[in-house]
Amino acid sequence: MGPQHPAMHGVIRLILGLDGERVKSSEVEIGYLHRAFEKHAEAEPWNNVVPYTDRLNYVSPLINGTGYCLAVEKLLGVTIPERGQYLRVVACELSRVTDHLTCVAASAMELGAFTVFLYLIKAREYLYQLVDDLTGARVTTSYCRVGGVKADLPDDFQRKCLAAFAGVREAVRDADRLLTRNRIFMDRVEGTGVLSREDAVAYGITGPFLRSTGVPYDVRRSHPYLVYDRLEFEVPVGSAGDNFDRYLVRLAEIEQSMRIVEQCLRLMPKGSHSLPPMDASEMADLGKQGKTAELVDRTAGTCKTLEGADRNTHDHIRAGGPGAVLPPKEEVYGSIEGLMNHFEQVMWTWGLKVPAGEAYVPVEGGNGELGFHIVSDGKNKPYRVRCRPPCLFIMAALPKMLNGGYVADVVATFGSVNMIAGELDR
Amino acid sequence: MDIRKIETALVFETLKGLKDQGYNMLVDLTAVDNSARGRAPRFEVVYRVASLDLGTGLETKPRVEVRCEVGSDPVLRSARSLWPIADWLEREVWDMFGIPFADRPDIKRLLLYEEFVGHPLRKDYPIAKRQPLMGPREEPEDGVNLNRVRQKVDYE
Repeated sequence: MGPQHPAMHGVIRLILGLDGERVKSSEVEIGYLHRAFEKHAEAEPWNNVVPYTDRLNYVSPLINGTGYCLAVEKLLGVTIPERGQYLRVVACELSRVTDHLTCVAASAMELGAFTVFLYLIKAREYLYQLVDDLTGARVTTSYCRVGGVKADLPDDFQRKCLAAFAGVREAVRDADRLLTRNRIFMDRVEGTGVLSREDAVAYGITGPFLRSTGVPYDVRRSHPYLVYDRLEFEVPVGSAGDNFDRYLVRLAEIEQSMRIVEQCLRLMPKGSHSLPPMDASEMADLGKQGKTAELVDRTAGTCKTLEGADRNTHDHIRAGGPGAVLPPKEEVYGSIEGLMNHFEQVMWTWGLKVPAGEAYVPVEGGNGELGFHIVSDGKNKPYRVRCRPPCLFIMAALPKMLNGGYVADVVATFGSVNMIAGELDR
Repeated sequence: MDIRKIETALVFETLKGLKDQGYNMLVDLTAVDNSARGRAPRFEVVYRVASLDLGTGLETKPRVEVRCEVGSDPVLRSARSLWPIADWLEREVWDMFGIPFADRPDIKRLLLYEEFVGHPLRKDYPIAKRQPLMGPREEPEDGVNLNRVRQKVDYE
């Protein structure tokens, strides 16, 4: 089965030994999407790794960038401002919802429920619109920076966010009504693809999968990062560890993630959006003429991709001091120190230097514990970046779930474990 | 994080001891090639273990990192018997770094294909190196050859 098969999303090859309709033996062959992420990371300056992380789990890219940046910041000894931390949490949770929506939608479609697929992908599109507003891109977001995030919230984000959530809730309710007591669906998912909790732990499985077996392990609870220890949310668990439990856990987590985002929008400290911006090219011209005095209090109106990176928002979302983050645009255009600082950051072999050492930071990814183990030798590039992909651990246990079942169950099980090849093969 | 540097020969016993103390999850197994930093032996292998309470979902003890330094000789013992996931993680370490395991002489690559020459995460592997393109693989006699070129069939 695979690597190209209509009922399998993602390139992976399963070699199944069959006895009639029964699966006797199975072997998983991976690596079709290997892009040498870890090797590339060693050849790029610290901040240039962030776009690569978007391609790991491409359904929830914002969580990957957050994990990587947190690990580098741990080595740097930098804590980003509170508003920046809240922004990262908002970004992560939006991503988690898109991840779970995609997983439920795709696995339902593979079992024949095409309507559910359309409803949930439509809901995902509402969230992609939000992510687009926030980061400037739908999927390849590159939102996190070492020492902060790209930009502050765009105007009217809160209203759009709540409107999108209403749409998501409606779609999830529809999906729940269509599937949860549906005989055709239940027959396929109940009692198939079972893994006991002891086996799941022995295979190092984390995330929604482990929680579906009844172990409430969540990195956000056991190793709280950012501001998760201040937010209220539940950790939904299943009991049987079958495909049905994984589906239920994901639906419940969608609601919890939206709850977290709503709390963040309420609790996050205010940024400031008071001064009207001045066109950046005009500012650069004034700067070149030496008229820097009048620039000090103005905000730079920049192009779409740099929106929100001006000084007003800079202080609230990025760690202070030169060395880690790019200076705000007003200083770059308006003062020689700012300009030099900016050049030092972007010149090849210059830029951010991270003190020698090692750090491991786990975050809760869409599929479980996503860890970044980072080694630095004090230069401007990472010495080694190890990504612990939660998918890999699930895929290693896949034969245990498939053997003894029917061929038809392969599709149901493979859908519910949510294999993301970008993350699995790196 | 509790980091323990262990003699290579004692790694398996240490891991077994940790397993018996309740460290039921192998969180990660990876390696670092220190040859570019002029260290010998060149590799450092890192085992990261956690003890998870199945009821509360919390970790009962701080995580432990077991580290050891190895060269390219097969001296490490496989941890498959302790945690089944070590099977794949060891395959990845072999694939990417070429670190062999004493009791796994015919270990298979995990991400790359068998014909790949070299181990890409070694520091002396050039990042721009090209590998020759592979043709269709010959399938064994009794298997189904999926790469077979379509034959011309005479219809009756």
